[in-house]
Amino acid sequence: MAFRTEPITVNFGPQHPSTHGVFRMRVTFDGEVIVDMEPVFGYLHRGSEKLAEERTYTQVITLTDRLDYVASMSNNLAYVLAVEKLCGINPPERAQYIRVIMAELVRIASHLMGLGFLLNDLGAFATPLMYMFREREKIMDLFEMVCGARITFSYMRIGGVAEDLPPEFYPAMTRFLKEMPGYIDEYEALLRENEILLARTKNVGILQPDKAINGSVSGPNLRGSGVPWDLRRADPYEIYDRFEFDLPLGKVGDTYDRFLVRLEEMRQSVRILNQAMEQIPKGPVRASVPMLVRPPIGDAYAHVEAPKGELGFYVVSDNSIAPYRCKIRSPSFINLTVLRDMVLGWKLADMIVIFGSLDVNMGEVDR
Amino acid sequence: MYGIGIAKGMLVTIKHLFRRTFTVQYPEERLKVYPRYRGQEFVWYEERCTGCATCAKYCPLGIIKIVTHPVGNPAEGFDYYVDVFDIEIARCMFCGLCVEACPYDALFMGTHYEMASYTRQKLVINVDQLKKAKKQPSAFMRPHLLDVKYEEDTSLTPERAGRMWQGRWAGGEKPAPQAPKTEE
Repeated sequence: MAFRTEPITVNFGPQHPSTHGVFRMRVTFDGEVIVDMEPVFGYLHRGSEKLAEERTYTQVITLTDRLDYVASMSNNLAYVLAVEKLCGINPPERAQYIRVIMAELVRIASHLMGLGFLLNDLGAFATPLMYMFREREKIMDLFEMVCGARITFSYMRIGGVAEDLPPEFYPAMTRFLKEMPGYIDEYEALLRENEILLARTKNVGILQPDKAINGSVSGPNLRGSGVPWDLRRADPYEIYDRFEFDLPLGKVGDTYDRFLVRLEEMRQSVRILNQAMEQIPKGPVRASVPMLVRPPIGDAYAHVEAPKGELGFYVVSDNSIAPYRCKIRSPSFINLTVLRDMVLGWKLADMIVIFGSLDVNMGEVDR
Repeated sequence: MYGIGIAKGMLVTIKHLFRRTFTVQYPEERLKVYPRYRGQEFVWYEERCTGCATCAKYCPLGIIKIVTHPVGNPAEGFDYYVDVFDIEIARCMFCGLCVEACPYDALFMGTHYEMASYTRQKLVINVDQLKKAKKQPSAFMRPHLLDVKYEEDTSLTPERAGRMWQGRWAGGEKPAPQAPKTEE
């Protein structure tokens, strides 16, 4: 006996624990299979780009903290690089090393959070997340030592960083770098071969390399599809050309590959941090730049490899104290554009996992 | 064989049974705050402040309100008395730009972190509160305070809180506080 079925449209979010913020998915189901998905966002729009136009160049740094709030250091770095390019300022070498150290620490912190919530969505409820938050807490402690805040750092300044590393930072950092690889091994032992996880993630939500490139996907999601593109390699900003590190690449481009790429990237970050802590020179941490910067007329684009992908700032100056235009190219927003292609044909439970594996941050999507 | 991966994961979890607890029981146990922590309760030294309002200009949100009136002999140059120094910490994001900008080392970040309030009005620090408050400045942008340890009732005098004159002006000596030029 055959039943007559009709597609049903369901709204996910904006208040839904699986959507990692205020994100809404308008999904059309045929039974349990997704036939259409429309992402709806903008609930967290704060107008950061417009607000930047009425603040001085130094004050905009505090706005960038609020884009990707789990990886604020990368946002600070990208903005500060753009303004430095605009003014032609060269930060001292020690400042560049400190910036790289901060950017890599925040990459570990962001990946820990991304992985933790992905596993949370998969049903490994809270246990791996709590383990990962334990290490994230240690990184937050390091940041508190250095800049006095745990989330909204506002640490980088145009022409360097706000302050030098405090003496207590070095032993804490050494201990962290010694412990961290062991903890990453532990996360792998915890879930890498877990049969339930394999069944849920292997060959689920495959992102083809050509589709990823056409959709301008960047970051671990792109490398999970096997495309060797990393701005630290492709366009070495700061001093990234001095470090040795590998690019972890996925083979299939499924959720499992993106999970593994993030795990491996944390290892590579620890490797970079080890080299940076060895090489870090003595010297000033801040070029002599006034608090009120007035760049010449022109525009500049600077991009960094943020934990979520390519984060770019396009700053236009009209020789006043505030940027004429400040465009933010946020990785999470552009990574979201391929979500529809990835979830079509999968079931409801898979959609949550695929969305989690993209590791988007709504603060950055809506800006 | 099915289940080996799960067993491996369980081993990790079992290991955690014998580890030291990482979390603390907050109201009874407290973590230490690092010296650079940008906390609440701004520390303000009245005798150093010239009322130049540089902090107010550098605040990204414009939440510092300063009103001054000139005192003294106009021939020798005015001193400015600060009548109003309102910091609306309900909107403050503790970025520390005001402290960084202060040219006379009169404003410091605080080290406290418990200032919840039932009303918004109580979250505006006014000049009287700033005068009366315990002076436990944070080492943010003031590296000479990195080693200072605070007890419950410590309150640093302006001399003890130190200055960064040496760091900012090459001369070493404190320049005489100049009355800011009034724009008429």
